[in-house]
Amino acid sequence: MLEVLHSLLFSTLDAAPALVFAALGAMLSERAGVVSVGVEGMMRTGAFCAAVAALVMPTPLAVLVGMAAGAGIAAVHGFLSIRWRSDQVVSGMALNLVAMAGGTFLLESLYGPNGTPGITQLSRWNLPGLSHVPLLGALSGHSAPTYLALTLPFVFHLLLSRTPLGLRLRAVGDKPHAVATLGLSVPALRWGAVLGGGLMAGLGGAVLSTAVLDRFEQHTPAGLGFMALAAMVFGRWTPLGAFAAALFFAFGNALRIGLASSAPWLLELVPQGFLLALPYLLTLLVLALQGQRGHAPAALGTPYEQESR
Amino acid sequence: MSLEDASLDIAPGELLAVVGENGAGKSSLMNVLYGLYHPDAGTFLMDGKPVRFKSPRDAIARGIGMVHQHFMLVPTLTVAENVVLGREPTKRGLLDLDRACDEVAATAKRFGFQLDPRARVDTLTVGSQQKVEIVKALHRGAQVLILDEPTAVLTPQESDELSQVMRGLVAQGRTVVLISHKLKEVLGVADRVAVMRRGRTVAVVRASETTVSALASLMVGEGSRGAAMTGVPAVAAGTQDAATGPVVLEAKDLRATGDNGRPALQGVSLTVRAGEIVGIAGVDGNGQRELAEVLTGLRKLDGGEGTLLGGPLAGLTPALAKARGVGHVPEDRLARAVVKAMTVEENVALGRHRQPPFARGPWVDFKGRRERTNQLLSGYDVRPNDPVVALQALSGGNQQKVVVARELDADPKLLVVVQPTRGLDIGAVAQVHERLRDAKARGAGVVMVSLDLEEVLALSDRVYVLYEGRVTGHFPRKDLDERALGRCMLGAEAGHG
Repeated sequence: MLEVLHSLLFSTLDAAPALVFAALGAMLSERAGVVSVGVEGMMRTGAFCAAVAALVMPTPLAVLVGMAAGAGIAAVHGFLSIRWRSDQVVSGMALNLVAMAGGTFLLESLYGPNGTPGITQLSRWNLPGLSHVPLLGALSGHSAPTYLALTLPFVFHLLLSRTPLGLRLRAVGDKPHAVATLGLSVPALRWGAVLGGGLMAGLGGAVLSTAVLDRFEQHTPAGLGFMALAAMVFGRWTPLGAFAAALFFAFGNALRIGLASSAPWLLELVPQGFLLALPYLLTLLVLALQGQRGHAPAALGTPYEQESR
Repeated sequence: MSLEDASLDIAPGELLAVVGENGAGKSSLMNVLYGLYHPDAGTFLMDGKPVRFKSPRDAIARGIGMVHQHFMLVPTLTVAENVVLGREPTKRGLLDLDRACDEVAATAKRFGFQLDPRARVDTLTVGSQQKVEIVKALHRGAQVLILDEPTAVLTPQESDELSQVMRGLVAQGRTVVLISHKLKEVLGVADRVAVMRRGRTVAVVRASETTVSALASLMVGEGSRGAAMTGVPAVAAGTQDAATGPVVLEAKDLRATGDNGRPALQGVSLTVRAGEIVGIAGVDGNGQRELAEVLTGLRKLDGGEGTLLGGPLAGLTPALAKARGVGHVPEDRLARAVVKAMTVEENVALGRHRQPPFARGPWVDFKGRRERTNQLLSGYDVRPNDPVVALQALSGGNQQKVVVARELDADPKLLVVVQPTRGLDIGAVAQVHERLRDAKARGAGVVMVSLDLEEVLALSDRVYVLYEGRVTGHFPRKDLDERALGRCMLGAEAGHG
């Protein structure tokens, strides 16, 4: 029993970083009032660029390339939604489609349909003191992103609730005109949040191809970006809430793998497709149960226009 | 172009009022002073030296503060957070909220305001939110404070208090610029009055040397229409103390939930008879909007019962309301009354598009529609008098006239109007008011929700005051009193007369 729990925890912590980073990135952008449905596309681009970069440079550097790629996609989103005030959902979905098609095209024309060549994964760290403690031992043996994912939410929490920048970001997502009348720049704040969100989403994608897998695969990130959005909503647009929700979804994912391996008789009873869909069903269920709205930033999705006449 | 050749000089330590009709350019001029808009031409001198403000940041740095007509507060933040936003005190890089609260409390105290710096802004009354706005400007060291239509949303008591605040600031050596269209109020508080018309400043006079009617003539630019501005007629024409017509609406203990999920109506009872105008007064957000929506079938009742034009109020849908003879002039006409991209005649047909003269069988009756529209446009003096122009090409006042014309043309038995003259110019206001009186004379029961107390006083035969979803006052015409209404609007119960 303990062993099962240990392995569930371990694979939860292995799967969590990508979701946590993407959820934090989406939250950052949305708290400033810019819808972040493009997070799936940013992840895919980050995953692809990191996998390709890792072929020619050390993997940790390749992760930075993946982050930059995510920010690049976010910059396009910023241009469309901040500079040109286009519909933010449409812009985000368009970028998702571009990343989906572009990733497939580049992958197939450069490396063939089976994914990029294998790369050196990020190294895993053993925490000698912990390895043999029951359950807590599940904390040991992960790569750097896992440990980062366990700390960054608290950093974001501090940033949003306890710094002047955080106050301004919250204000610009709720009432941009109030921020403008105080002489602060609405576009600058939103640009910062969108680019920061892109870096985080790119990091989430890069983690998939450098820590979870050792290559970029055809379907990466397979809807994890949307799951991250669900985590953000479930976590009520707060860093710690999104963190908890992302862990919960990662646990659902671990449960799927764990069930398939530890209880093979289950596969006799339920079709495998159902198990594969489990994390997604969990996401759907949670969002349906949460039901109520009203936690989203008030000006979310509304382009800021200074009413100049 | 909303400003052309507007000039203004402001002396230190004075209270200058800027008056003018809607669209005369008052707010635009102030937004230029505050650095939000950029002038195409012209100069701006401060202390004799030319200055140019690229953004409000420059204006703030030069000691100019502005309280906007629509408050610029972040509702989810606290008073202190709103005040210090943009110049937050920090301790080791982190926000120092304790110091922010202390600073804000100190500023508030210095100018005699009672404010809890830790209260969330969305829990405050409108009057308190305005104080937060003023403190926000003063906290940034404003020497010149611009207030844009500050009393539009206040009760008479809150307005009095604001006048004292403004005089107090002037007494402390600050300069106050007050933008308003309420002439009586302006003359009571200002030192000088600047009058704007069509983007120009047409006169600057000392408040002690002018009268309401003189200012009104200057504002509209012609003697005749000025009379409409002088305020409330002492007794509105044709108002009566007790309507004796049949009851068209009888509602008991209505309860409904607002958009924010909180109870908006918490037991409202009211009666409306044919041939009377019943005013619904109150500070914005006390359930008036929800009440109007319940009466027109747009919002579901949570509880209570009533009879509306012979049928139950519970389960009312917009279609059912229309079929029973309810007319509706909603608050947000672009969202709920018209399709702005469609032509005027198409908008006139909306809602009755399946009946003659707008349809013949399953087909649109183009000729009938055109004729009826032309009649209405002439009858209601809509300009341009053109049935095929897109509705959005009309001014707000003319759009509203189209809506009122359409609703009254259906000969409603109960007419629900919400803020019928908001944003209209004086001429259009007078016409809409005239039409509402006509509807009453034809035997319709009229429920009029308005935030403008003058309008309520001018038109109503009876007035209910709503406060936090309850009726706190019920006044027949003869007992109507601005002060008493104001007290009920602030939550004090009055005897139900």
